[in-house]
Amino acid sequence: MYTQALNSSDGDDRGVEDVARASQFQARIDADERIEPNDWMPAAYRKTLTRQISQHAHSEIVGMLPEGNWITRAPSLRRKAALLAKVQDECGHGLYLYAAAETLGTSREELVDAMLSGKAKYSSIFNYPTLTWADIGTIGWLVDGAAIMNQIPLCRCSYGPYARAMIRVCKEESFHQRQGFEIMVTLCRGTAEQKAMAQNALDRWWWPVLMMFGPPDQVSQHSDTSTKWKIKRFSNDELRQKFIDATVPQAEFLGLTIPDPGMKQNENGNWVHSPIDWDEFKQVLAGNGPCNRDRLAARRKAHEEGAWVREAAAAYAEKRKSRQLAQAAE
Amino acid sequence: MTVANIEVSETPLMLYALRRADDALILGHRLSEWCGHAPAMEEDMALANMGLDLLGQARELYTYAAKVEGRGNDEDKFAYLRDVRQYRNLLLVEQPNGDFARTMVRQFFYAAFADLYWRAMMASSDPTFAAIAAKSEKESAYHVRHSSEWVVRLGDGTEESHRRAQTAIDDLWAYTGEMFAVDDGERGLIDAGIAIDPATLKARWLKTVTGIVNEATLALPKSDWMQQGGRVGSHSEHLGHLLSELQSLQRTFPGATW
Repeated sequence: MYTQALNSSDGDDRGVEDVARASQFQARIDADERIEPNDWMPAAYRKTLTRQISQHAHSEIVGMLPEGNWITRAPSLRRKAALLAKVQDECGHGLYLYAAAETLGTSREELVDAMLSGKAKYSSIFNYPTLTWADIGTIGWLVDGAAIMNQIPLCRCSYGPYARAMIRVCKEESFHQRQGFEIMVTLCRGTAEQKAMAQNALDRWWWPVLMMFGPPDQVSQHSDTSTKWKIKRFSNDELRQKFIDATVPQAEFLGLTIPDPGMKQNENGNWVHSPIDWDEFKQVLAGNGPCNRDRLAARRKAHEEGAWVREAAAAYAEKRKSRQLAQAAE
Repeated sequence: MTVANIEVSETPLMLYALRRADDALILGHRLSEWCGHAPAMEEDMALANMGLDLLGQARELYTYAAKVEGRGNDEDKFAYLRDVRQYRNLLLVEQPNGDFARTMVRQFFYAAFADLYWRAMMASSDPTFAAIAAKSEKESAYHVRHSSEWVVRLGDGTEESHRRAQTAIDDLWAYTGEMFAVDDGERGLIDAGIAIDPATLKARWLKTVTGIVNEATLALPKSDWMQQGGRVGSHSEHLGHLLSELQSLQRTFPGATW
């Protein structure tokens, strides 16, 4: 999902430093207690959450770019205002999540630097381009829809600040999702060109959206401990299935065709998708998606071109402080 | 279906609303160009906030202009189906974002005016203007505060930020005079108590601007030459590019509903 890189292991770092405390900690988790910033926690729990929350934050910030690409071209003033407000919400989510990550002891600057250097990951989905206005509808409908599937269980995550952040984020995301679907409804009821635009967007986004849930369960690395710690409550495949089952009737309602001719409903009523091209997923995670370079370049450019502004603000704050001290001394 | 520009009946009252709507739309659009690219995330939030306020003002003013005009135009037709020569905004608001200093100085010059303007317009004898003014005044007050704080920080920050802020002031100063200009049509509205005379705001605007510029250790240019033309459709070269982007979908798919 927004934290896919968690699925790639960086070796076993799960050494437990204090057996007694660790078992107390696990007992609290098992009793569904929330862990708060000042509570003792295993180093690996802290590390996992720092990575997960910061990757989620990076995804929100990088995720501003594909949709931001259409703010200046939104086709009506109502759409323009809604899209600007939506992208602003994503920035707010990013800020909120960085703050939640900071409660685990790593500064926002360090986290952002790790993203800018390419070390930290963000969701693969934002490395795809937004080519038409229908992409804005599709992102709201499917990308936000997928994000909600993943994030609703995170509202019950064992780490308090993350769980609370998710409650607020989910409220806004579900609003975005409805907005996106409404764009799709309008396009599908519009001209033949608009309907074709909607179908084309679905064709391009469908498979990358399914990849958002991460690798299939049998190859996913981190799920066991994350499940034990109640960070993750459903597996990648379970969430992906829920998403597909919820989306199929929506596509039908729109009169759009999901680009998977082999998809079939099984006896339980679940829609079974054809094999996902995991090579594409790996390539995108490795930096070879259509927009990886553009996205990072845009974030770096904003960061570098903003440096003199941030320096000015810091210099001014410093001057003001020394003036106030000098005044107080008089 | 048509790609042609709409025809607009510019009676004084309608034109008055249209000009202010264009100011708000074009400046709001400029601010929205920053989204995702600001110097800090907090600033992404703030620029989007101000952009959204201005877009909201534009929509109300266009809707009122359409009502006064009574020819079946609406906010989107005004925004998307008029050409450069039909736009009536101030030259100041269409100036490109440039660096952050230029964006903030432009915002400050405009907001310091808009705040006084909307506060005065709350007393308009036209209830729609008075209502739009009451909302816009609150928003403009925040825009002044935010942009003036940045002008001070940048002017009194580092050598580089000082230089950039001073350049922005020098480059944009000539576009401030247009805010205080009045034509015959507007004079009639002023006499009728519908509009206020912006000339009466000039001294207070200058006081606010001078105060902040001094605090920022910056200086206002000596030149008092002022560019004019936006109000009658004689724009800078920049507006056409802005509109070609803003209007691209409506122009490419004429008559479609979005």
